[in-house]
Amino acid sequence: MTSYLLRRSGFLLLTLLLTSLTIFVITQLLPGDVARIVLGREASEAALAGLRRQLGLDRPLPIQYLSWLGNFLVGEWGTSFSTGQAIRPLVLERLGNSLMLAGLTLAIAVPSAVVLGVVAALNENRPLDNLISIASLSVVGLPEFVTGLVLIQLLAFELHILPANSSIRPDAGFIEALPMLVLPAITATLVLLAYIARLTRASVLEELQKPYVRTAALKGIPRRQVTYRHVLGNALLPTITVVAISFGWLISGLIVVENVFNYPGLGSLLTFAIDRRDLPLLQAITLVAVLGFALANLAADLLYAYLNPRIRLQ
Amino acid sequence: MTAAPALKIAGLSVSYGNGSGQRTVLRDIDLTIETGQFYGLVGESGSGKSTLALAAMRYLGADGRITGGSIELGGVNLLAMSDPELRRTWREAVKLVPQDPLASLNPRLRIGQQIAEGFDRRDARSEERVLELLASVGLADGLRVARSFPHQLSGGMQQRVMIAAALAGSPELLILDEPTTNLDVTTEATILDLVRDLVRARDTAVLYVSHSLGVIARLCDRVAVLYAGELVEDAPVSDIYQRPLHPYTRGLLDSVPRLGQNRRDDLLRPIVGQIPQANSLPDGCVFAPRCPVATELTREQRPPLEEVGGSRRVRCHRWREIADGRLNPRQQGTAAAPAEQQPASARDEHVLTVTGLEKRYPLRRSLGDLLAGRSRRQVHAVAGVDLAIGRLRTLGLVGESGSGKSTVARCVIGLTPPSAGEVTLLDVPLARQLSARDRPVLRRLQMVFQNADEALNPYLTVGRSLRRPLARLAGVSPAEIDARLAQLLQAVRLSPDYAERYPHELSGGEKQRIAIARAFAASPDLLLFDESVSGLDVSVQAAVLNLLGQLQQERATAYLFISHDLAVVSYLADDIAVVYLGQLMETAPASVVLQPPFHPYTEALLSALPLLDPQAKQDRIRLDGELPSPVDRPGGCPFHTRCPRFLGDICVSEEPPWRETSEGKRIYCHIPLDELEATQSPATLPAAPWEGPEAND
Repeated sequence: MTSYLLRRSGFLLLTLLLTSLTIFVITQLLPGDVARIVLGREASEAALAGLRRQLGLDRPLPIQYLSWLGNFLVGEWGTSFSTGQAIRPLVLERLGNSLMLAGLTLAIAVPSAVVLGVVAALNENRPLDNLISIASLSVVGLPEFVTGLVLIQLLAFELHILPANSSIRPDAGFIEALPMLVLPAITATLVLLAYIARLTRASVLEELQKPYVRTAALKGIPRRQVTYRHVLGNALLPTITVVAISFGWLISGLIVVENVFNYPGLGSLLTFAIDRRDLPLLQAITLVAVLGFALANLAADLLYAYLNPRIRLQ
Repeated sequence: MTAAPALKIAGLSVSYGNGSGQRTVLRDIDLTIETGQFYGLVGESGSGKSTLALAAMRYLGADGRITGGSIELGGVNLLAMSDPELRRTWREAVKLVPQDPLASLNPRLRIGQQIAEGFDRRDARSEERVLELLASVGLADGLRVARSFPHQLSGGMQQRVMIAAALAGSPELLILDEPTTNLDVTTEATILDLVRDLVRARDTAVLYVSHSLGVIARLCDRVAVLYAGELVEDAPVSDIYQRPLHPYTRGLLDSVPRLGQNRRDDLLRPIVGQIPQANSLPDGCVFAPRCPVATELTREQRPPLEEVGGSRRVRCHRWREIADGRLNPRQQGTAAAPAEQQPASARDEHVLTVTGLEKRYPLRRSLGDLLAGRSRRQVHAVAGVDLAIGRLRTLGLVGESGSGKSTVARCVIGLTPPSAGEVTLLDVPLARQLSARDRPVLRRLQMVFQNADEALNPYLTVGRSLRRPLARLAGVSPAEIDARLAQLLQAVRLSPDYAERYPHELSGGEKQRIAIARAFAASPDLLLFDESVSGLDVSVQAAVLNLLGQLQQERATAYLFISHDLAVVSYLADDIAVVYLGQLMETAPASVVLQPPFHPYTEALLSALPLLDPQAKQDRIRLDGELPSPVDRPGGCPFHTRCPRFLGDICVSEEPPWRETSEGKRIYCHIPLDELEATQSPATLPAAPWEGPEAND
């Protein structure tokens, strides 16, 4: 297990290194001269050259890459071209917000999706199973801005239960932010629900067919014990991997939901950076998002291995 | 008043599915097992034997239904029980030992936990009882086993665990469903001994389900034969092998190669046709379409299950004629292949020679190994094998799982590059890598795999699968290809319209025929068979074995035939090589392979083999312990850790010499041949009393 952990961590570092290189190369390929973006169309050649020198843009690309990576590692993420703000506090604050939203979403989505999937599987092809399948699939077919707006209309404007605008204060804690998190979290949940529920259903059905379930049932133990102890323990293992991938999407890919609710997460900061061609900001966000994604996957792999003796005891 | 029988099934019918998709898989089954009785249930796939085993516990899965009849366990009606009562019965009175123990154990729970689940929850002694049970099935290191996960145990140990779990409730009825089917023959023998000893000591009734008549002959008192969901014959074991009354039983017995039977002088008689689907059964006797003695009456009217002389039952209109010898219900056979006509020089020509073949797989070094500076460890899959096969001849390679026999085949065909040694085809050394071999070499060397299901592309018709090798390897021109395709199908006894079919439209036997046809398409000089008949039912297997013999004559091919089944190998082969842990132990011409002296490993294999004869007296030689890992391969003679004739230090420290008898048998052993010969008896050849005097006509 230790060597498994070390090997996976090594892969993680390699992944991050390759991603950082990719990010750097891609941002170099983007059209537009950084100095001109910063200084505007009217700037003189001398001013442009001065800024390039100041930003180190006149150095060879490998040197630029190494110094960018080195600076990033020691925490100097630079300043935003468009706002002049320091990037690190900004990105970390937005990351915190995204983590809060992702955490709440998963806390709602995973248990409900797993319950729906398990219930559907245990009632295979009966009305309840069909109802769950049809309902969850019809919800997943709707785009987030539709479900989001319907939820706002219903819960905020008609029933006045929750606020329509989720633009939380920069230093808001989780408790303070909670009411504003609920609607975006539900909207994101609706996207994930059908996906995780159907995977869980398929996985439970597959396990139910396995001979060890028959062995357990023929021991004469109660059906509930067969389901909980034998079937679910094995059937929920694949769900772990899916949850990790969903987590990665939640921290950086929630662009539509964040925009609909005006939520200050990493996704909306990413659109902002793209709009303004703010390269240092864009690079920092992408690298942070990749790190989050990779760490979530590492955690999922380790949990999977820990819960599965066939890998753990290799 | 006598006690109620352990199991009494009367008029039982079972269906799967609903409406138009309904399939009746069992019809009117009557079966009674007395306390302490060992009852065999035999049938091929599709006979409904596993369904019957599970129905006897009222466990049929989601879409199975009992549509008629009654089941009583110890006099109690199983069908009237409530769910809690049924669970209580499962916990205490009736237990199942299933096929495939690894899949039947939960991969995430420890063995001890899984056994203890069968006990009452309030049992304070459950840990002790788990160890007692494990000890009772011969698992001495019970504590370690109890703490293990299923995948950490060998197949034999897993099945012992299943038996231990089944004994937890001291059941009145024990149902064993093909419990040894995927185990090696030596492991099977120890498991069968164990089951017999445990059951005899407890007076439990046993229903033993198997496709193997040999296993049933060794173990059971009575046997019921199931065909297409019906009980066709039921008799004491001694009677059924002496004089089978139902033509199907007779067909089964004639389909299994008996130890010592060789195709050169005594062909198998396979049952023609195939088992009918459950939704398209014939109107009359279910066996009529395949029966050699069917009449108008048989085809129109379903025969009743009739009592014969108090102890037997048979479902056949013509059993009286069969019983008094007026009618011989054996299948039409083909004449034995004529001895091949070939010049002496061709006989000496070697199509394939393998010298010093070795295959080592380096193991990944763990971090611990790296830190301790240990060198890379290796798996020795094949450790120096020499083979030679002449034209028109068959070399049978026998070994248990882990013996490296498949690796030998893969090295010859080029799928696995050998680490050392030389493979020569018609005196031309072969490149190690498949990619380095040119097209003529690929043409000369073809292989038939075990699982035809996976070896045929499901998206290609049979015709397309066969045209490719015809065009690319045999160089047949487009104008001739259809004629050659029809010839090829004809050669494997299939009609030309099979060319348009897809693999899923074929039965298991037909798929394997297509795989064989594909291998022959290239007109190879050497064909490799890796367990190619192992997955087939015996009646189908017999037909394929005969086909292989005929094709070899027609096409003058050499065979390397690999199997774990010594009886099948000795039926087909001219020479036999026995391999253990990647090392040849013995090579012998088929004519003397069953005569001493034997290598001690061959001796153990022969003694473990289930024979088609309940009266057979076999030496009881059993191998102790587990097969050593090929990573820590024992030095000296690799068999020394399990050898019943272990001599001492010399076996551990020195490689044995090859000793040769005057008949051409070669044995790799430290014990001198005369010493072996003096203490060994010839392998027991099962009689075939059912054949009667007319068998030689």
